[in-house]
Parts: sequence; C-alpha cells; structure tokens
Amino acid sequence: MRWGVAIFPGSCDDDDVVHCLRHVLGHDVRPLWHKDPFDGECDGVVLPGGFSYGDYLRAGAMARFAPVMQGIVDFAAAGGLVLGICNGFQILCEAGLLPGALTRNESLRFVCRRVTLRVENAESPFTCAAEPGALLEMPVKHGEGRYYADALTLKQVRDHGQVLLRYVDTAGRTSDEANPNGSMQNIAGVCNRGRNVFGLMPHPEDATEELLGGVGGLTVFSSMAAEVRRRNGA
Amino acid sequence: MLVKVFVTLKEGVLDPQGKAVENSLHSLGFGGVKEVRVGKYLELSLDVAEAEDAEQQARRMCEKLLANPVIENYRFEVTG
Repeated sequence: MRWGVAIFPGSCDDDDVVHCLRHVLGHDVRPLWHKDPFDGECDGVVLPGGFSYGDYLRAGAMARFAPVMQGIVDFAAAGGLVLGICNGFQILCEAGLLPGALTRNESLRFVCRRVTLRVENAESPFTCAAEPGALLEMPVKHGEGRYYADALTLKQVRDHGQVLLRYVDTAGRTSDEANPNGSMQNIAGVCNRGRNVFGLMPHPEDATEELLGGVGGLTVFSSMAAEVRRRNGA
Repeated sequence: MLVKVFVTLKEGVLDPQGKAVENSLHSLGFGGVKEVRVGKYLELSLDVAEAEDAEQQARRMCEKLLANPVIENYRFEVTG
C-alpha cells in the first residue's frame, strides 16, 4: 500500500504518521509537501495533526488553500481514501469535505490524555477491521476539538451512519466525563456520506506500538489497508 | 477603502471563551452582565476606488475565508 502524508507549515505529527506507516506497518510512504501539486498517485492520504499555518484565523482555515489540497480534494472526489487526524480533521471540515466544525474545547483547556473510543459503525473503510462496539484506546492532544454541527446536520450525520467513533468510558458508555472536549453527542470521528473521507480528533498513529502504551490506533490504518486490498481485488 | 469586518459566533454555538470572560466580569463586581460572546474584528485596507467593489470583494473574502459559515456570522462596514 502506498500512502501520501501531507505536510503543511506547522504540521508536527507528520513524522509520527510516517513512522507508523513505514516502520510499523511496512508500507510505502510519500511525503506531500504543501506547495506541490498532488497527482493522486496514492492508495490513501493522511492529513496529520499539528498547527498548520499557526492555527491563524481558525484551526485548519488556511491549509485548505494550499496547492496540495486541490489535488487531495480531487482525489477524495474520485473516491480516494482520505484520513484527517486532529488538525487534519479541522482542515477537512474547513474544506467542506466533512460536515460540521471543531471549536474551542468546552473547558477552554488544552487536553492531553488517553481516551476510550467506541466503534459506532464498522462498515466503513476506516473501521472495517474492528467489530461494531469495539473499544479502542488512543491519545488526544488538542485545544480545539469540540465537534459541532447544527441540529439538521447532526441528524443527517447520524442517520447515514457517518459517526464512526464516540468518546466513552472504559465500560463503553458515553458520559460527560468520558468526553474530553465537550463534543456534541460525544462524537470523536465522522466520515462523509460517501464514507471515503474520515476525520478524528484522537491520534491513531500514537497508539500503534506496545511501547506507546497500546495499539488501539492500528485499527484505523489496517482497516484502510484492507479496503485498498479489497478494491484492488486481492 | 477601509473595510471593517466583524465575525461573530452563531446563536446556539457554545462560546466557552465568552463564558470565561463573563465569569471574570462577575467576579469584578459587574453583576449586571447577562452574557458575553467573543468575536473577531478585522480591518482590511483595499486598493479599490469604489465602495461597491470593496463591498463585493469583502463579501467574497468573508464567505471563502474570513468566516466559517458552519459556526460564524459576519458583517462589514466599508468606509472611505
């Protein structure tokens, strides 16, 4: 599998993503510099976390106008798999590829801790390696991760099975305590209607080796790899 | 032309920053403060002669970048 990892000025988790894909999973990785056009020659694209363009104006607002993004938008429109992590999620929402927006954490504090996520829908290219209802542990680290959408959008997102992950407690129940940022309905990750673009605030790349405290994040990448194999008829 | 742009959170969008400011004002003794909403103010200096052009450009800038229509409203004033 060949991945593209976008790099914007201020991205800071791109190396973690590259390490995970290249060294943990043994896949090919191609860095996608923000100033370069993207030709779509990849099986999957990751928009990593960080503070692209210093989070100026709004988190993710500037990155969507980077030259590399037009190619990524075209890639997504053609059905290509796009994963946005943290700041990448914010960029995908700002670019209109995902519904809703990420706003300031309800606590006003930057949160950095491990969270438990429940797989709400396992019929997606990003969660197909998990059982429905499976619990995954990953870290979050963000100041603006509160998922917001208006009532109509929220209903549509739910009705179409686009909520893939929710914040839950270790017993798998949604609660305010388990919600690190005040996200509406404990939403941690949503995909588009076509289910080929997915954004989440937690960091799967930081939970891919036992040394890092767990491998809950592998599910996301191995699901995508399984989808690519399926598409290629393997 | 000078354009003054005001970007505010839509009604119903939680504003924890505004809430924190509200609490601080209360503790300063301004008990009459019912609610605080924090927004953004931008000044754009445009190299155009006509107010109408400035208005059109400002509207496009707001829609494409300066405000996020999912969570924010905007308004602007064009001055000479």
